[in-house]
Amino acid sequence: MAKSFRGGVHPDDRKRFTAAKPIETAPLPDKVVIPTRQHIGAPCAALVKAGDLVKKGQVIAEAQAFVSSPVHASISGKVVEVADYPHPVFGFCQAVVIESDGADEWVEGLPLSRDWQALDAAALKDIIRQAGIVGMGGATFPTHVKLAPPPEKPIDAFILNGAECEPYLTADHRVMLEATEKVVTGMRIVMKVLGVTKGYIGIEENKPDAITALVAATKGTGITVAPLKTKYPQGAEKTLIKVILDREVPSGGLPMDVGAVVQNVGTMVAVADAVVSGLPLVERVATVTGGAIAEPKNLLLRIGTTFAQAVELCGGFAAAPAKLIMGGPMMGMAQCRLDVPVIKGTSGILALSADDVNAGEEQPCIRCGRCVDACPMGLVPSMLSILGQRGLYQVAKEEYDLLDCVECGSCVYACPAKRNIVHYVKYLKAQNAAAAAKK
Amino acid sequence: MSAEAKMEIGQLTVSASPHIRCDESISKIMWTVNATLAPAALFSVYRFGFKALVTMIICIVAAVITEYLIQKWQNKPVTVNDGSAFLTGLLLAMNIPATVPWYMPLFGSVVAIAVAKHTMGGLGYNIFNPALVGRAVLLASWPVAMTTWPEMASKIDGVTSATPLGILKLQGYEKLVAVFGDKMEMYKSLFIGTRSGSMGETSALLLILGGAYLIYRGYINWRVPVFMIGTVGTLTWAVGGPAGLFSGDPILNMLSGGLILGAFYMATDMVTIPITSNGQIVFAVGAGCLTVLIRLLGGYPEGVCYAILLMNSVTPLIDRWLKPAKFGARR
Repeated sequence: MAKSFRGGVHPDDRKRFTAAKPIETAPLPDKVVIPTRQHIGAPCAALVKAGDLVKKGQVIAEAQAFVSSPVHASISGKVVEVADYPHPVFGFCQAVVIESDGADEWVEGLPLSRDWQALDAAALKDIIRQAGIVGMGGATFPTHVKLAPPPEKPIDAFILNGAECEPYLTADHRVMLEATEKVVTGMRIVMKVLGVTKGYIGIEENKPDAITALVAATKGTGITVAPLKTKYPQGAEKTLIKVILDREVPSGGLPMDVGAVVQNVGTMVAVADAVVSGLPLVERVATVTGGAIAEPKNLLLRIGTTFAQAVELCGGFAAAPAKLIMGGPMMGMAQCRLDVPVIKGTSGILALSADDVNAGEEQPCIRCGRCVDACPMGLVPSMLSILGQRGLYQVAKEEYDLLDCVECGSCVYACPAKRNIVHYVKYLKAQNAAAAAKK
Repeated sequence: MSAEAKMEIGQLTVSASPHIRCDESISKIMWTVNATLAPAALFSVYRFGFKALVTMIICIVAAVITEYLIQKWQNKPVTVNDGSAFLTGLLLAMNIPATVPWYMPLFGSVVAIAVAKHTMGGLGYNIFNPALVGRAVLLASWPVAMTTWPEMASKIDGVTSATPLGILKLQGYEKLVAVFGDKMEMYKSLFIGTRSGSMGETSALLLILGGAYLIYRGYINWRVPVFMIGTVGTLTWAVGGPAGLFSGDPILNMLSGGLILGAFYMATDMVTIPITSNGQIVFAVGAGCLTVLIRLLGGYPEGVCYAILLMNSVTPLIDRWLKPAKFGARR
């Protein structure tokens, strides 16, 4: 029996364009633009300067704080510039531009094979930190931090998020099919670090082949594969924990408050690569798709490849895109230019046509209640949008639980009046933060 | 890399997520509601004749033109195509007798749109159901014309000016059953719609079919009609009988008057009722109780219109009181 949660929406998953397409390794790019900030947390400091020669896997920016993660060169070649470049999340950010020497050589001294079973939790955690691994589902929270919960928050369950509930995206799906063993190995490593025996893999039912593959691969490991109802936002941390463990992360809390840690599929592959093969995170799988892409694909791309290069590998645009998005269509970030680079959190590059977007003029709220039914957090999104129009962040916070909104976008998707509810929520949250900063 | 790869990008829209929307829209909802009302409306034209069609057209045209003029005058975008003014006109027509003089539906529609809808700020902002406000104003202004119903079924030839509920109130239950012949005939007549009443009060069958389709499409919540009609049935059975407690006729009370129309089409008006399912249940039960109260104790034989309007006024309170259960509020 597939499990579900209250609320949510059922958009057409639009995964048919790429679900059956095996991951294609992108050719070596001539040039990469690698931002020194690829994660939530403190920025890194560049260790290289123009003219330096670097090898693939060499650290080019070092973490300066605990909640931070180092950045590595994704190709070998010559650093031509360290300067501000467009960034898909932060607008502009310091980046290291490397021109390829065509050799694609790994940095020396990488331990090419390791017996991870012999390593203890602290050593494993350190390897994960040094490999620059962050949450690859899109949130880019440094993984070693998630794996180091404070002692007063005991963890007893680990959940692998294979839901991939965002429409269009199939990167995690393909990784689960094509790198099944690595996914399970990564998961077992992380469970060892956390010291937990209860492991779950949540996968939506629209990926039956991935469910079958992982059930087979986890036989005898004590890991449970949990088929989930196909429904957005099934893969949101809080709903996933609710569905699999029947525990509700308290308002304002984190998964560790209910003894759980959740990680993304791609992150597990990165962990396995780092721990078993000694390879830092220099590439990732991303789905390049959408109505405006000529030939949608799942691509294994080097970090620092530009969106333009990735789109070109898919035959360019079939039509002028109305929206260019990093990530999925429900929570991804709209981009205004094509020269932004692929970062560690780039799960997809979507070029949506006007038809895909189905935008419309925003109309007054008719109080139909569809947003209330759709909200997985049990809020009243229509009121948040009305308060947003009026800028009443205090009322929104105190009476309508503004800060509990996870911005999953279910309400906006469901709204017949095409109200930009998440936009208003972001605005109110920003107002609230500004007011708090003043105090 | 493909040589012919095209890389032109036009204007990229940058906005907050999500970037895809469902294909519902306000006009789609409103026109669907209009369409589901059409069978019952056409049936009333069939039963009451050409005069009913004229009254209906006056209501709709007046509502649409009023909205158009007000939006022009206020320099607002004209939204008469969204179907909501059309719906208000149609619902008002369903709520009045077919025989009223032409200026009454005209006046009612203008009041409904101009006062009940646009002084509040237009679609989405009105507190009271505009069509019901229109009907209430007409009933207060021309009480006789508004409660004189046209002759219709041969069975009730002798009582052309009273609805079943009117007969029940003034002459009693036995007399009412006698008018129809027997109980089964009465129920059948009420269900099919061969009786006197306002235009939309007649065919319970067609209204229920239309409402059922709206429930199926997710445009209205099944709880509202079920709880409202159920409350009226239960209460009239419990306290509405001539022979003391539990002797009332719930089927008669559920099928007569404007209850079916009100429960499926007015108490479900999304703009003026609570936004959560629980709030809507409270609303529906409250409207059911008030309907029974007015029918049994009030001066009118029928109470659905005022019951819903009264409950409209407490909608904001219900919304504040019954919010959804927040995620994470319990462990």
